Amino acid sequence: MTIYAAPGTPDAKVTFKPRYEHWIGGEWVKPIKGQYFEDITPVTGKPFAEVARGTAEDIDAALDAAHKAFPAWGKTTPTERAAVLNKIADVIDANLELLAVAETWDNGKPIREPLNADLPLASDHFRYFAAAIRAQDGNHAELDGDMVAYHFHEPLGVVGQIIPWNFPILMATWKLAPALAAGNTIVLKPAEQTPVSILVLIELIGDILPPGVLNIVNGFGIEAGKPLASSPRIRKIAFTGETTTGRLILQYASANIIPSTVELGGKSPNLFFADVADSNDAFYDKAQEGFTLFAFNQGEVCTCPSRALIQSTIYDSFLGDAIERTKKAVQGNPLDTDTQVGAQASNDQLEKILSYIDIGKQEGAKLTLGGSRVDLGGDLTDGYYVEPTIFEGNNSMRLFQEEIFGPVVAVTSFTDYDNAIALANDTLYGLGAGVWSRNGNVAYRAGRDIQAGRVWVNNYHAYPAGAAFGGYKSSGIGRENNKLALDHYQQTKNLLVSYSENALGFF
Amino acid sequence: MIDAAVTIAEESTSRVALADASVELLRKLWDHYGPLMFHQSGGCCDGSSPMCYPAGDFITSDNDVLLGVFDIGDADDPRPIEFWMSREQFAYWSHTHLTVDVVAGRGSGFSVEAPEGVRFLIRSRLMETALPFA
Repeated sequence: MTIYAAPGTPDAKVTFKPRYEHWIGGEWVKPIKGQYFEDITPVTGKPFAEVARGTAEDIDAALDAAHKAFPAWGKTTPTERAAVLNKIADVIDANLELLAVAETWDNGKPIREPLNADLPLASDHFRYFAAAIRAQDGNHAELDGDMVAYHFHEPLGVVGQIIPWNFPILMATWKLAPALAAGNTIVLKPAEQTPVSILVLIELIGDILPPGVLNIVNGFGIEAGKPLASSPRIRKIAFTGETTTGRLILQYASANIIPSTVELGGKSPNLFFADVADSNDAFYDKAQEGFTLFAFNQGEVCTCPSRALIQSTIYDSFLGDAIERTKKAVQGNPLDTDTQVGAQASNDQLEKILSYIDIGKQEGAKLTLGGSRVDLGGDLTDGYYVEPTIFEGNNSMRLFQEEIFGPVVAVTSFTDYDNAIALANDTLYGLGAGVWSRNGNVAYRAGRDIQAGRVWVNNYHAYPAGAAFGGYKSSGIGRENNKLALDHYQQTKNLLVSYSENALGFF
Repeated sequence: MIDAAVTIAEESTSRVALADASVELLRKLWDHYGPLMFHQSGGCCDGSSPMCYPAGDFITSDNDVLLGVFDIGDADDPRPIEFWMSREQFAYWSHTHLTVDVVAGRGSGFSVEAPEGVRFLIRSRLMETALPFA
C-alpha cells in the first residue's frame, strides 16, 4: 500500500504551477483577453490552479501556429514521425508516478488506474501508431496494360480535437497519436473539468514536437470549443462527449464540408448467460468481476457496463454474489493505491448521479445497494464521492436507458437468447457490450447479434491499442484505436497515370 | 417556478418547468447572448444534461420534439425559450416531467451557462397523466 502525497504538500510527486497558460506554437501564451478559470480537484472539492480561459482570439492564434507548422510536419517521413511518437511514449513511461498523481488530482480517479491502465495504455498507444504509420503502404492497381492507379495517404492538414474529462490523458492520446502519425497538425481543447494534467504532460514532451504541431487551448465550450469546431480553418473535427453537442459539432462540420468523428457514449449491456454459474471456479469469479466493473473509474466510462442482464435461472444467486462482490469495493482517498473507487469528476456530475438515483426510486426500481453520497471526512469531506449503487428494475426505466456516468448499475433478467438480444439492443446507443458464457457458440452469436461497436466476450474494460473502438446507432461515427483510425486523419490521393504513347481517339 | 406552455398536440399538461434559480440565470444569460433555446442531451460525459444555446445555434429537425416553451420575460417584453429533445430519446423519457435546475459545476459541452461556474441540471418526476407516449 502506498499513499501518494497530495499536490501542494512537501513530498508530492507533482508540483502544479499556480497558473497555466495556453500552449501555442511551442510556447506558453497568455490568453488574449487575460481571463482565467479555476481548476477544482474532485478529491477535495477545492481549486488548485488557474487555467487560461480561451476565446476565439486564442483559437485563431493556435490555428495560425498549426497552419504555419503543417507544411513541414506534413512532409516529414513516417520514420521521423514515428521517432517522435516513440520519444513521447518513453517520456510518459519515465514519468509514470508524476503523471499519475496529476491525473488523479485533476480527475478524481483512484491512482491505481493511471498507474496501471491510463498511462501504460497511453504510451503503448503512441508506440502502436509509431509502428502503424511506418508499416502503412499505399497501394496501386494496374487497371489495364497502360494505366495504373496509385493511391497515396496524405495528411488532412490542421485538425481540431475536443477531449472529454473521464480519461484526460488517455482520451487525448487516442486522438493525438493517429493524427500526429498521419502528419497532421493539431489544435486541441481539453475538457474544462480536467484542463491541467494534459498540460503537465506538455511540460514534459513540449520540446519533442516541432513548434505549432500540437497546440492546446483551454476554456469553455461556448467560448473556445465553438470557435474551434466551427472554424473554416480546420480540415477535420474530432469530439468525444454527448449527443446534443455531437449533433452541434456535426452541424458545424457540415457548414464547412469537413469530416467529423464523434464518440457519444452508450448504455452498454453486460449479458450473463446461465452457464457462467455451472461451476464456482475461476471463470465464475471472472464473470463476477465483470459485473462489478460498472464501478470502474466511478462509472465515468463511455462503455460503462451499466445494464447488467442476467439469465433468470441464475438471477438470484448470481446477483447475490455480485452484490457481495461489489460491497468489497474499496472507496477512499484516490491517492491511496488500495483505493478502488475514487471521486466523481465534478460537482455537477455528482448532482446528476444523485438525480438519477432519485428518478430510479420514483420509477419503482429496487435499490439493492448503495444509493448515497459518501462523506470520507477530513480533507476529503467536500470531495465528490458516491457509493457503488445497484438497482433492479426493467429495461424501459430511464435508469436503463441513459448513461448516468456514475457507479450505478441497472440490473434485470432475461429468459432466453432471443430475449437477451432484444433487451441488449433496446437502447438508443451501441458503443460497448459484454457477453459472458462458457459456450463458445452462444458467446459468438450474441457478440455478432448485439448492435454495438465493441463487444467484450468473457472480459470487459480492456482497451488495447490494436482493437477498434467506436459506436453503432446514436453512439457516434468513426473508430479510434487500431490502424483503422489512421483513415480518419488521412486523405486518399489518387494518381491516375497513363503509360500509353497513343491518343485516346475521342477528338 | 415557471411552467412551460404546452406545445405537443392533444396534450394539456406542461412537461417542463424552470426552477427559480434557472429563471434568474436565464435572464442574465439572455442579456448577454440574446434569445436562447434548450436541447436535452443524452449519451456520455455531460449527457442527460440540458444544453442551453443561443436560439437557432442548434438546428432542430422533424426528428426532434418541442416539449414546451418557457417565457422568462413579461407582457411588454416576452422572452420565449423553447425546450427540445430528440424524438428517439423522448420515446424513453415521455413518462417523466422535467424541471430545469441549476447546480454549481463545470459542465462541458457548449452550453452557455458553463463560464458562470454553474450547470443546468434536470430533476425528474413521474407524470401520471402521460404514460407512456412511446
